[in-house]
Amino acid sequence: MVLIASAPTFSHGVHPADQKARSATEPIGRMPFVREYSVPLRQHIGAASEPIVAVGDIVQRGQLIAKRASFVSTNQHAPVTGRVKAIETRPHPSGVSVRAIVIESDPFSSQQMGASGPRSDQALADSVSDAGIVGMGGAAFPAHVKLSVPEGRTVDTLLMNGCECEPYLTCDHRIMLEHPTAVLEGTAMIQTALGAKASVIGVEQNKSDAADVLRAASKGSVSVAQVAVKYPQGAEKMLIKAVLGREVPVGKLPLDVGVVVHNVGTAFAVHEAVRLGKPLIERVVTVSGPAVSQPRNLWVPIGTPICDLLAFVGLDQLDQYIVISGGPMMGQAQKNLQAPVVKGMSGILVFPAAHQATKEYPCIRCGRCLDACPMFLNPTRLWLLTRNRDIEALNQHHVQACFECGSCSYVCPSHIPLVHAIRMGKKLVREAQV
Amino acid sequence: MKALLLKGAPHLNSERTTAYIMWHVCWALLPAALWGIWSFGLSALSVLVVCVGAACLADFGFTSRFHRLGSLSDGSAVITGLLLGMTLPPSVPLWMAALGSLVAIGLGKHAFGGLGQNLFNPALVGRAFLQAAFPAAMTRWTPPFLSDRFQSFLAGSWTIPFARPQLDAISGATPLGLLKFDHMSSHISDLFLGQTAGCIGETASVLVLTGGAYLALRRMLDWRIPIAVMGSVFVISGVANQLNANYPDGLFMLGSGGLMVGAWFMATDMVTSPVTTGAIWLFGVLIGFLICAIRFWGGLPEGVMYAILIANATVPLLERFTQPKAFGGQP
Repeated sequence: MVLIASAPTFSHGVHPADQKARSATEPIGRMPFVREYSVPLRQHIGAASEPIVAVGDIVQRGQLIAKRASFVSTNQHAPVTGRVKAIETRPHPSGVSVRAIVIESDPFSSQQMGASGPRSDQALADSVSDAGIVGMGGAAFPAHVKLSVPEGRTVDTLLMNGCECEPYLTCDHRIMLEHPTAVLEGTAMIQTALGAKASVIGVEQNKSDAADVLRAASKGSVSVAQVAVKYPQGAEKMLIKAVLGREVPVGKLPLDVGVVVHNVGTAFAVHEAVRLGKPLIERVVTVSGPAVSQPRNLWVPIGTPICDLLAFVGLDQLDQYIVISGGPMMGQAQKNLQAPVVKGMSGILVFPAAHQATKEYPCIRCGRCLDACPMFLNPTRLWLLTRNRDIEALNQHHVQACFECGSCSYVCPSHIPLVHAIRMGKKLVREAQV
Repeated sequence: MKALLLKGAPHLNSERTTAYIMWHVCWALLPAALWGIWSFGLSALSVLVVCVGAACLADFGFTSRFHRLGSLSDGSAVITGLLLGMTLPPSVPLWMAALGSLVAIGLGKHAFGGLGQNLFNPALVGRAFLQAAFPAAMTRWTPPFLSDRFQSFLAGSWTIPFARPQLDAISGATPLGLLKFDHMSSHISDLFLGQTAGCIGETASVLVLTGGAYLALRRMLDWRIPIAVMGSVFVISGVANQLNANYPDGLFMLGSGGLMVGAWFMATDMVTSPVTTGAIWLFGVLIGFLICAIRFWGGLPEGVMYAILIANATVPLLERFTQPKAFGGQP
């Protein structure tokens, strides 16, 4: 327990063991190419991409295979050189099957990217949109949307999110350590595009080595803010509060307080797209969890089936395990390991089944969830209101302000799935509004 | 590929479970309970054993009867029994102690729907029932450290159910009773070090305080409630004592009667105390005020039990007006 809070942070939140030492010192390796890739047309928030290839077409690694369908949508590129085997509904990490372009890789190809060269001649938002970049922190919001400032609004600060507050995950940590210049250059490009006066990189104190490396490489052009190790420090509203002391009003965006938040992984991808003309066809994935004996950080082509990724780290007998995409606090349990790695997937974690054995007790009104909620909501009350389907009261208690960080469920001594109930409550309210 | 397990996020839980917290509350009560046994002897031991046993039996009966969640393993019935026993006079007939436990668990807990559902502190419901039904037996006090306390039972202990209890030969009076009816004060050190007559687990204030402080430091009870209760009692009685020396001072008020047990273990019962910050402070201050009001101006020498029960009833109302302001929300 930290008695004297030395680093800035937000109020409330929880302290799960960060478990990062397992993979933090593992340099980013490379996942070898596999036989088949499935590139879902929906890997982002917004409209599904529209395929521009047909079954049987030969595609080059990095070639555009699906175009963005509207402003809030993204392009998709071939992760490997090969042949389009099918365009059909395939498993997706979200649990819902989604139409995907299935590519059979060419085993004889050298998998070199076609030369496309730097893209510094056009507006950054266009390059980023062409490269199909989404927010790499997990939400997968199309990045180009957050690179243009709407008419009449100004952004004074670009905040780069290097918190990585989810336990186990170390992909952002490794990118900051291994590619500080690329992260800083990407940050500078985004800052220029937004017209922001300053940019700050927020890094949790358990990654002080990364903070030092960034500070040394930046030579003062970008400030690096160390924030306390606490979950969910990486939620953008919490990071803005910690670093800038500003409170984003309920139902508003960071833009409303003059801030735009991007992930450090996004800055790296932006840099690759602009300097090398490389589209987003691979990302760093942390493969870890108690059931993984040798945790790794790996460059994994988008579309790689999760089962192939797990086989590569030596896990192929996975019955009675829990496989999670993302972090353990907000990540999703997978039901079909044929689902592919997608652009927003920061980790694959494997937990043994025994980890599950929790019995739900009645709520004893201990109030721990209120002290954990970073949004200062009353989770136990929202849980009750959801059970009673009391939509009016759910609204009064700001159910929509919940961003589902799961801190309430984490602290609940009765193991009540509070955040799950609140998710349902948000759905009830949305449905009632339609 | 065989069955993968599915579950909603988060996939981690803190190690604190409800049962863990409940059992720790039991451990924290033990020092004061053991002191009670040491000072009042065999009868006190029997009362505690009967109360805990009857509470467990009743809880087992009701849970299996109604298929409620929660069970003996969560420790909540043990707490209820132990707390009830600790707030009874040592000479209380054992059958009354058992009946009190039955009422506490049945009426105080399961009538409302079991663990987590009750509005009132179950142990206090049981005690209030006994106080109302058997006022004589509930106000018959025994001096501590009788020489034969481990050789023989007190006269009241083995009374036949519903028979008229015979009068006790030796009787003591509690510091609060002495103050109210005889205008006699007691030494503060006697109050805190358990040298007076009183309920089994309430005499050694310092041991109660230690157990409570341990739980507060381990974050297993909300420190704001005992601080609010003790603070408001101290301030109100301090002011009253300054204005009129007939009123007891703050330290006497804190060390006497059931105040420490009430403030640290009864008022902090998670189920029956508020969860919102504003309501927690209001709840504590309300209890403190009611304790002073009953002790100063009521017909009874002691008021902790009724103060907490009344405050329990106000919890839904207090919470209604003290819902937290959402992050970034309008005040």
